Amino acid sequence: MIIIDERYCKGCSICIHFCPGKALEVSKEVNSRGFYAPKVVDQAECTSCKQCELYCPDFAIFIVEDAESADG
Amino acid sequence: MEHHLLKYLREEILPTTHCPGCGCGQVLNAFVNAIDTLRIDPRGIISVTGIGCSSWIPSPYFKGDTLHTTHGRAIAFATGVKVIRPDSNVVVIAGDGDLAGIGGNHLIHAARRNVGLTVYLVNNYIYGMTGGQVSPTTPFGVVTSTTPYTNAEYPLKIAELVAAAGANYVARWTTYHIRKLIASMEEALQTKGFAFIEIVSQCPVAYGRRVGLRDGVAFMEYFKENSVSVRKSKTMSEEELEGKIVVGRLARRERVEFTESLRKIIEEQRTGTGA
Ligand SMILES: Cc1ncc(C[n+]2csc(CCOP(=O)(O)OP(=O)(O)O)c2C)c(N)n1
Ligand code: SF4
Ligand code: SF4
Repeated sequence: MIIIDERYCKGCSICIHFCPGKALEVSKEVNSRGFYAPKVVDQAECTSCKQCELYCPDFAIFIVEDAESADG
Repeated sequence: MEHHLLKYLREEILPTTHCPGCGCGQVLNAFVNAIDTLRIDPRGIISVTGIGCSSWIPSPYFKGDTLHTTHGRAIAFATGVKVIRPDSNVVVIAGDGDLAGIGGNHLIHAARRNVGLTVYLVNNYIYGMTGGQVSPTTPFGVVTSTTPYTNAEYPLKIAELVAAAGANYVARWTTYHIRKLIASMEEALQTKGFAFIEIVSQCPVAYGRRVGLRDGVAFMEYFKENSVSVRKSKTMSEEELEGKIVVGRLARRERVEFTESLRKIIEEQRTGTGA
C-alpha cells in the first residue's frame, strides 16, 4: 500500500514521473506547506516496486505491505 | 503510519531545508538505506561535513554523531577522528566545491594515505548554497553566476583523480541510479581504507535554472540519457565521451589502511621490534 506523508512533501513530482505504473497523480489542492503533493489514483496499479520510496528526497512517500497480501 | 527509516533521522527538524527536487535528500535517503541494509548501529557512525547544501545531508538530520566543520576541511577533521577512534565508521559527505575545490588537496592526500574514511562527494556541478558560482566540476561552456558569458574551464574528473591517488574503493553514480548507488554506498561502508563515491546530483535552483534543467525530474532524465557504464566507456574515444557521465566502479584495491599501519609502527616502537 502506498502511504503519502504530506507533512514532508515539497511537490517535486519525482515519484509521479518515475512510477512505472499509473498509481500516482498530482493533487489538485495544495498541502499544508503550499505544495502540490502526489495523490494515489489507484492502489491496485501499484506493484510495490518502491521506486517512489527510494527516489523521494523527503521521506514523504513509502510502501507498506498490506495485511491481505502478507496473508495471501 | 511512518516511514521505516525515520528512526535514523531527527524527525523534529524535518523536512530538510533543501529546495524541492534537490538531490541532497535523495543522497540522505540512499545513505540511511545503506545503513539499514547493513544493520550498522548509527551510534557507531561519526559523520563529518564541510560547508554547503551537500554538507547539510547528514548534519543536522542524521541521528548520529556529527562534526560540521569549516569549508573544505571535512577530510582533515575526519582523518583526526579516524586516528583517535579507529574502530568507528567515519563518513564524510560534502559537495564538489568543498571536497574538490577548496578542500581538493586534503582529498588527494587522504586517498594517497589510504585513510579509512568513507567519502561521498555530492557533485551538483556548482556552489549551490552561495548562489550558483562556477566550481571545479562545472561543465565547459555553461552559464553560471560567475561565468555569465559561459565557462572557459574544463571540469575535473574527480573520481578518476581519487582513483589515481590510490584509494581502495572508487565509484561514480548519479541520483538516477538509486539502487546501484545504495549498493555502492554499502560497498564503500564495508571497505577498509579510503572509499570514495562521486554522486552526480541535481541542483535545480542554483545550477539547473541557468542551463535549462529546471526541476529534479528534468535532471534525472538528463542523467539517464547521458550516463555510460565504465565497461562501455572503454570502447569509446575521448570525443565520444565528451559530456557523458561514466558510471560504475573505477577502482578496488586492498592496500593496508593508514591508521592500521600507524598503530603497527607505534606498537613496534613500543616493544622495540621495529626499525
Ligand atoms: C573559507 C570559506 N570560503 C568561502 C565560503 C563560502 N561558501 C559557503 S558554501 C560554498 C560553496 C559550496 O559549494 P559545494 O561545496 O559544491 O556545496 P553545494 O552547496 O553545492 O552542495 C562557499 C564558497 C565559506 N563558507 N568559507
Ligand atoms: S511502489 Fe512503484 S508502482 Fe507503487 S506507487 Fe511507488 S513507484 Fe508506483
Ligand atoms: S541551492 Fe541547489 S543544492 Fe542547494 S538546496 Fe537548493 S537545489 Fe539543493
